[in-house]
Amino acid sequence: MAQTLPKTDAVLIGFGWVGAMMGQELTDMGLNVVALEKGSWRDTPTDFATTFAQDELRYYWRHELFERLNHETLTFRNNDGQTALPMRHLGSFLPGSNVGGSGVHWNGQVWRFLPTDFQARSHNVSRYGKAAVPDDMTIQDWGVSYDDLEPYYDKFEYLCGVSGKAGNLGGQIVPGGDPFEGPRRRDYPNPPLDMPYAPMLFAKAASETGRHPFPHPAANSSRPYTNPLGVQLAQCTFCGFCEKYGCGNYSKATAQTTILPVLMRKPNFTLRTHSEVMKIELSPDGKTATGVTYVDAQGREIFQPADLVILCAYSLENVRMLLLSDVGKPYDPSTGEGLVGKNYAYQITSSVNVFYDDKILNPFIGAGALGMMCNDYNGDNFDHSGLGFIGGGYIGLMQTGARPIETHPTPNGAPTWGSGWKRAVAKNYLRAATISTHGAVMSHKQNRLDLDPTYKDALGRPLLRMTFDFTDNEHKMSDYLTDRAAEMGRAMNPREIKVNKRAGSYDIVPYQTTHNTGGAIMGANPRDSVLNTYLQSWDVPNLFVPGANAFPQNAGYNPTGTVAALTYRCTDAIRTHYLKAPGQPLVHA
Amino acid sequence: MRRVLPALAFACILAAGAIAVAAGHTAQDPAPVATPVQSTTPDPVARGRYLAVLGDCAGCHTRPGGAPLAGGLPLQSSFGTIYTANITPDPKAGIGSWTADQFWRAMHEGRRADGAHLYPAFPYVYFTRVSRADSDALRAYLLTIPASNYTPPPNTLMFPVNIRASMTIWNALFFKAGTFQPRSDQSAEWNRGAYIVTGLGHCGACHTPKNLLQADSRSKPLQGGKIEDWVAPDLTGAPNGLGTWSQDDIVEFLKTGRNAHSNGGASMSSVLIHSTTQMSDEDRRDIAIYLKSLAPSQPPTARGAPGDLMAEGGAIYRDQCSACHGVDGAGEPRLFPALRGSANAQQRDPTTMVRYILTGSQSTATTDRPTPFAMPAFAWKLSDHQIAAVATYVRNSFGNSAPPVSVGDVASLRHKTAAHPIQKEPPAAEQR
Repeated sequence: MAQTLPKTDAVLIGFGWVGAMMGQELTDMGLNVVALEKGSWRDTPTDFATTFAQDELRYYWRHELFERLNHETLTFRNNDGQTALPMRHLGSFLPGSNVGGSGVHWNGQVWRFLPTDFQARSHNVSRYGKAAVPDDMTIQDWGVSYDDLEPYYDKFEYLCGVSGKAGNLGGQIVPGGDPFEGPRRRDYPNPPLDMPYAPMLFAKAASETGRHPFPHPAANSSRPYTNPLGVQLAQCTFCGFCEKYGCGNYSKATAQTTILPVLMRKPNFTLRTHSEVMKIELSPDGKTATGVTYVDAQGREIFQPADLVILCAYSLENVRMLLLSDVGKPYDPSTGEGLVGKNYAYQITSSVNVFYDDKILNPFIGAGALGMMCNDYNGDNFDHSGLGFIGGGYIGLMQTGARPIETHPTPNGAPTWGSGWKRAVAKNYLRAATISTHGAVMSHKQNRLDLDPTYKDALGRPLLRMTFDFTDNEHKMSDYLTDRAAEMGRAMNPREIKVNKRAGSYDIVPYQTTHNTGGAIMGANPRDSVLNTYLQSWDVPNLFVPGANAFPQNAGYNPTGTVAALTYRCTDAIRTHYLKAPGQPLVHA
Repeated sequence: MRRVLPALAFACILAAGAIAVAAGHTAQDPAPVATPVQSTTPDPVARGRYLAVLGDCAGCHTRPGGAPLAGGLPLQSSFGTIYTANITPDPKAGIGSWTADQFWRAMHEGRRADGAHLYPAFPYVYFTRVSRADSDALRAYLLTIPASNYTPPPNTLMFPVNIRASMTIWNALFFKAGTFQPRSDQSAEWNRGAYIVTGLGHCGACHTPKNLLQADSRSKPLQGGKIEDWVAPDLTGAPNGLGTWSQDDIVEFLKTGRNAHSNGGASMSSVLIHSTTQMSDEDRRDIAIYLKSLAPSQPPTARGAPGDLMAEGGAIYRDQCSACHGVDGAGEPRLFPALRGSANAQQRDPTTMVRYILTGSQSTATTDRPTPFAMPAFAWKLSDHQIAAVATYVRNSFGNSAPPVSVGDVASLRHKTAAHPIQKEPPAAEQR
């Protein structure tokens, strides 16, 4: 028998980036907000102190900051012909756990999607004809435009103190920035990070071969910064421990370094850690969320009633929570009915290593989003006629810090073990750099999320099952990007290059990106989306589900900027419209 | 051993003090009510609420997790532990039954309602300077807060201090009642600043050096004191005091908890949170004007640090400290404090600095500066010798000058801080 607590105005399920933004905005509206986080409290001085934060064994190999798979995991298969099995060790993607979520160990890569990305179906059909989008490619338009999101992208960039160089200020192309980006109202709050040698070599080669390189927009602060909430970030020291690590230097924007110092002081905000939500409770007619049931650290079941339920866990967990709570109808690819779990997508990556004899690159100098990039082959920035695919991705040379256990570049032909391998690593460590490509994945009829029929988590609930593989579209696109990267690599005049294409089926073992999207997607009408464009559930109007789960398909950029922009658009709608008519749909079907 | 010495000393002074009292010297002569140097808000309750801010009442009278001003916070002294009193309006547990005259006598003479002596842990040696009108307003405010029937634990003081009458002698030796007397040769702002600093603000309670019996050194006001194993820095114009701070620097520190020189933390946190950040801009300015008028104390003479210790300390500094504090010790203003010219780094007694290195420290989060920047603990990572080396290096680099730190200083503080940890130890991998 669950204990029932006093009702609160809003309950947040999960307390990462989105939970912190939601908490900050909703408490500003005067609401009493309770956040439930299944993991532990974490703050910079206690958990990521500079005296021990740069520990590869602890964080990279032993996955200290990530989801504990012995408590909860997911099952995976490439297609319906296989039996999905539980992931017992993380690989391809690394969801975070505990306060701050995956935002604690991100790189700080802050992108805006292209204006055309938001019209993925209509734009491609109008430019390349109906045949460009095959029947089983289930992409669709988002229902919002880039212009709708621009103010909210801007808000997040100023929250984080993003370091970068605008390429399009109000329609005017600015030299040195990204000429392909959508128009922005103002420049980034901080100038670009100082650029190390290798990215400069790449930028020179890219320019000389007709591309348009620019510095990566980075939530790694290039100078001391005070954000609009009064929270301060320190100048990045280029220590090279961002991705998979917490920042001890207050330089990487995270919930901890941008929001929590203000939010945690508010009397109308309560955070309960070690509180794992079991399900969202619904009224008998299924049209109203009455609150959530969670299990606390002592194993007690507790019902927290709330007027407003915000599901803001990791995107995969958001989809699972909807399925566990019977919100909406699960997607069935054989009939095409149901929507929850539909349009799961990912990203496809590849790389080109360049090796020099005569250049010392000091690759250990690094920051998560430090690099020179080009978007000449992202989205629909180039003519896809005759290429046989749609979509694209960025190509760039990033220097995130060549951490010694993780980084051992060797050219083709080098031994893969033993003293010969060691000699090759020692020879090349200071003289190698990597150009990476980061490509979109279009949604596909068979790629989806549902509940596993066999495997359960530690609390007895079915695990999420992921069915996913790359399609021809992804492989053709990624190969095209890799060929362009190789051209630029050769133009850097190295001794040799090594091309690493992404071949074959999707493999969950090697790390690729933690950019899992879709499954509870947004759209203009309830026939083809779970959420309206304010991320409000079509079925349960007092439930909002912000996160990358809302992306109808993925783009060739890191998702955090767009997740944040959608979240701020959602909170704006709650403030200006929803609270005037609580429980009512913001969009009428 | 720590406690025997003061007890012996007290016994000796008891005898001397008894003679003084017998000679008819009394500290309780009625003092004239001074010209009011006070805020002009007419409503006494509102004025009293603000006076409670000036006096940082909550800093000592609210224990962590306890009802506001219900007391119970343990104050450690070399004579034992004193628990702060309940000053809510509860008639039994608090001060609800005290008359205005009794309240005034507590403030002015250090006596309870029943006439018994209060201990100077209640800073009546400063509060005696408060005007009668301000005392009445403060009481008027305290009578409006929610009453709590919480009774703090009894004090655990050693003999003979545990006998309250012993304070008759202490008072005879070290206390003279008397309200603040404005100086006509100084501005109204200076007088207001002096009234706050030497009165309700009781800054000297921490920042003035103490004698063996914990009384203020009269010859060295605000020249830096030691309390509960912290050194509160010199507030005079000395180079290891506020010599390099402008008036605006002081105002900014009091208002936001930080400035270009320093981040407030440690024992100053509670003062910043409950008192100075809540003060009016005028009062912060007047405090700064007064402090800037204090003549510099005699700075410590640096005896010169051994070269090998400096070389070793420099290497440790570059590895462990420079990412935040800068290779040149300049820090990042308002984020990571500068060590160049730092008062904390150059106190004669290195206690505060060594404690920061051993146990880490957190900058006070305020409304204006909400990020609680923190320095990690190094106790688990650096040996006593290494800490002595790096502390000596910082005290004698970037233009700083202060005596070297000995390994014994560090070892002693390591022992004491392990007994009284001030923050959670960093979670080493093995502990998880």
